[in-house]
Amino acid sequence: MIDRIADIWGTRTPFAQGERWPVRVDMKLAQGLDEDQVDRWVQSACVLCSNGCAADIAVKDGHMVGIRGRAIDLVNHGRLGPKGLFGSWQGVDNGDRLTRPMIREGDRLVETDWDTAMSRIADRSRKLLAEKGPLSHGFYTSGQLFLEEYYALGILGKAGLGTPHMDGNTRLCTATAATAMKESFGSDGQPGSYADIDECDAMFLFGHNMAETQTVLWMRVLDRLAGPNPPLLVCVDPRETEVARQAAVHLAVRPGTNLALMNGLLRELIAIGGVDEDYVAEHTVGFETLQGAVEPWTPDEVARVCGVAADDVRRAASIFATSERVLSTVLQGFYQSSQATASSCQVNNLHLLTGKLGLPGSGILQMNGQPTAQNTRESGADGDLPAFRNWENPAHVKELADLWGVHPDKIPHWAPPTHAMQIFRYVEQGSIPFLWVSATNPAVSMPQSERIRRILQKPDLFLVVQDLYLTETARLADVVLPAAAWGEKQGTFTNVNRTVHLSDKAIEPPGEARSDLDIFLDYARRMDFRRDDGAPLLDWTCPEDGFRAWQECTRGKLCDYTGISYERLRGGSGIPWPCNEDHPDGTMRLYGDGIFPTEVERAETYGHDLLTGASVGPEKYKAMRPDGRAIIKAAPYTAPHELPSEEYPLQYSTGRTVYHFHTRTKTARAPQLNRAAPSAWAELSRADAARCGIGEGDLIRVVSARGEIVVPARVGDVREGTVFAPFHYGYWEDERTGPDGRPTAANELTQTEWDPVSKQPIFKVAAVRVEKVADATGPAPAPTTTASRPADPGSAPPTRGGPDAETIEQLRPTEPPAVPTSEEHP
Amino acid sequence: MNVDLYLGLLRTGERVLGESFRQVAEGHGDEPDVYRLCTTLAEQCEDHERRLGPIVGRYGERPDDEPERFHADAISESRSGPVGLLRDLQDLYLLASLVDVTWVTVRQAALALRDEDLLTLIEDCEAETGVQLAWILTRMKQSAPQALLVAS
Repeated sequence: MIDRIADIWGTRTPFAQGERWPVRVDMKLAQGLDEDQVDRWVQSACVLCSNGCAADIAVKDGHMVGIRGRAIDLVNHGRLGPKGLFGSWQGVDNGDRLTRPMIREGDRLVETDWDTAMSRIADRSRKLLAEKGPLSHGFYTSGQLFLEEYYALGILGKAGLGTPHMDGNTRLCTATAATAMKESFGSDGQPGSYADIDECDAMFLFGHNMAETQTVLWMRVLDRLAGPNPPLLVCVDPRETEVARQAAVHLAVRPGTNLALMNGLLRELIAIGGVDEDYVAEHTVGFETLQGAVEPWTPDEVARVCGVAADDVRRAASIFATSERVLSTVLQGFYQSSQATASSCQVNNLHLLTGKLGLPGSGILQMNGQPTAQNTRESGADGDLPAFRNWENPAHVKELADLWGVHPDKIPHWAPPTHAMQIFRYVEQGSIPFLWVSATNPAVSMPQSERIRRILQKPDLFLVVQDLYLTETARLADVVLPAAAWGEKQGTFTNVNRTVHLSDKAIEPPGEARSDLDIFLDYARRMDFRRDDGAPLLDWTCPEDGFRAWQECTRGKLCDYTGISYERLRGGSGIPWPCNEDHPDGTMRLYGDGIFPTEVERAETYGHDLLTGASVGPEKYKAMRPDGRAIIKAAPYTAPHELPSEEYPLQYSTGRTVYHFHTRTKTARAPQLNRAAPSAWAELSRADAARCGIGEGDLIRVVSARGEIVVPARVGDVREGTVFAPFHYGYWEDERTGPDGRPTAANELTQTEWDPVSKQPIFKVAAVRVEKVADATGPAPAPTTTASRPADPGSAPPTRGGPDAETIEQLRPTEPPAVPTSEEHP
Repeated sequence: MNVDLYLGLLRTGERVLGESFRQVAEGHGDEPDVYRLCTTLAEQCEDHERRLGPIVGRYGERPDDEPERFHADAISESRSGPVGLLRDLQDLYLLASLVDVTWVTVRQAALALRDEDLLTLIEDCEAETGVQLAWILTRMKQSAPQALLVAS
């Protein structure tokens, strides 16, 4: 038994390069329960981060009572992280759930029946369609529903209503991953595989605190580091994360300067002869443009702008050039910062210049933040067309129209589908008076919280919120729909490295709660959406109908699901797409042959200018003649728009802690997780704290031009000049929708600005000042086990879980699952 | 030689376009992308204007005596609301087009003159003006349906 709150990553199972990662089966059951008392185990995968760890849910007496990792699965080889172990089942099977629909009567939400609630929605919808047309409707969904649910939503929005205003909170977490891949490779689609960790000589983590955000992936890295011939790590992060502590080179860049660093790494790579000229000539276009753009970025210039050592830039570039196999991963430090797409494309460029792509140990993982974000992106529930189709390509739109039995012009394709920040702007301006939010909590998670709350409270807005709990956002709704959670419904979802898992229904949802799929199908029926031949647009009766429809939508596309079925997913490992007749066991890596989906007929986008987001358009794209070659794109660095000033002398960045997910609606309901990180804090460097006269645990006010938070200070290891706050802490526990005199949500301070290409909001660059409010009554409630640890180890007691955090680990009970033989040994 | 006439047009055009980008940025500050990008693009125009200085030093710069044909005034007042944004962007598009076609014309002369310094400058600036036009068009295409169909 091991305390997996204190020991986040559990017991090491070291392995050597080229070996398979050993199995370790992690299991957590409710206190006092033995494995043989469990009634049954139901197959699923964890939804508390993007890693996609396969798991079986323990069921007893109609309740979820625990969880166990699946040894056979390619993703996690039996392991689970703390959020999965404690948060997955306790986060949904508890007494706090919404059990009946609610409707607004004056200033109150009152319980009602489904027919009343759904009629109210459909009536408003029909009225607005008649008065203002489909552009009056907006949908803001999640990265946490299932594939079949997103696809239903995508169809009813695009072919039923005909609105382009559909996006997900994936816009906040993973939009840049998709966009960077589209710009470089012509399409979304992860090139790499987690198995590349087993093979690589070096790993570069760009703005990716993997140790906290994907704990199980980090276990794989730790096990390599503990084995023979470990890989060298290079970490780009302004905080002293666990990743930074293990790194050969830690580049603690000044927030907002990622592109300057990337241009410098590329320049140095070119200067030391690291370019594979044959690969570049044969498989890419655009190298000359890049050379011009990176030319000014000498190591000394990078040092000046980014605040890192010039020699560290040289060492990092040298490691990239001289390591035979390099794996890069990218996450929010890049995606939620200035020039997000441009910076993330430069990671792709490092691999394109060296040909280190799509081969065992050589690859790219443009990460996701959420468990099912990949499906939001694939299925058309966000700002894309389903199955990576290109809205600028009439043939692609026609394919969808044929699938759905509607006229092509019913499907909005005059411009890219509207991104989330613009949807909220249209709501603010009153031109979207109908907004349907599913499985997300924008009142806490979107930037500049005060503005978002103001928008959600507009009297002329009809707000539908579909969720598990009465969140801050749900409290503002006109209709609240109680949704079934993970484990209470069936469906599939796809993780960062394209692996598809089936999640079966373990127990009945509480009260009258219904699956998101059933809710969307009910709405489609009430709205009487039909195909042009008169048949119902959505005639599915179960999730598997949706999966089959989705398979047809993906046939012949990069994300081909036609070789995957519910039946195949049961019992074995998850399967990475594309999976079809040519790849019957799925596909571990893309682009090993250097052929990319950039042909004009295949490309998901014709691309954008990385500085402005201006569309390239089909003519110019054709003239570039990519024809299956990757596209090397460059951009000039520009300083962040909000820089420290006399009034706001510090830089501010938001982020995550290992013990919580999003706005804590699930994780705070797991006692083990909640105790480890019970309430909000802000991190300061030792030097800044001394300058402001602030000690560990002192209550401080952090103020930006948008708002303030008042929280205890952690004097920690963050970069000098930078203040860090976790974004999890809103107001729902106190039944509040906003601060009400006690502001704690990190987004009170963030700004409304987004990347011009991916439209991902910038959460990691703002200017703030810090003032002391009161003396400490104890240390800050920040965990000591991670990047939030105190600079002085004696200033806070160590984070421990205690008896109910004890978890069973079974080391090496079976041989590790093998990558499909046909894949690596053709 | 009349190159000086076109250099005058060009420098004035960049100045007018830069001022107009700044005006639209300020006037539509509630559209964060418009504010940020118009500011960035204004800086590009100012950079072009500055870099034309040494060239003008060599060829001179003749004031434009046909204002009604070639000269456009800067946008001095921005409109409000979604349709106002659309019309302001349209004005920017016209001003940027004027600059663009002037660069094309000057490039022809620079090619005939084999003026390498001027050609280098043109290569940078003309490309940036092209992106400015593309961005304005992209933004207008995105806004048009909502502004024309649903906005009040």
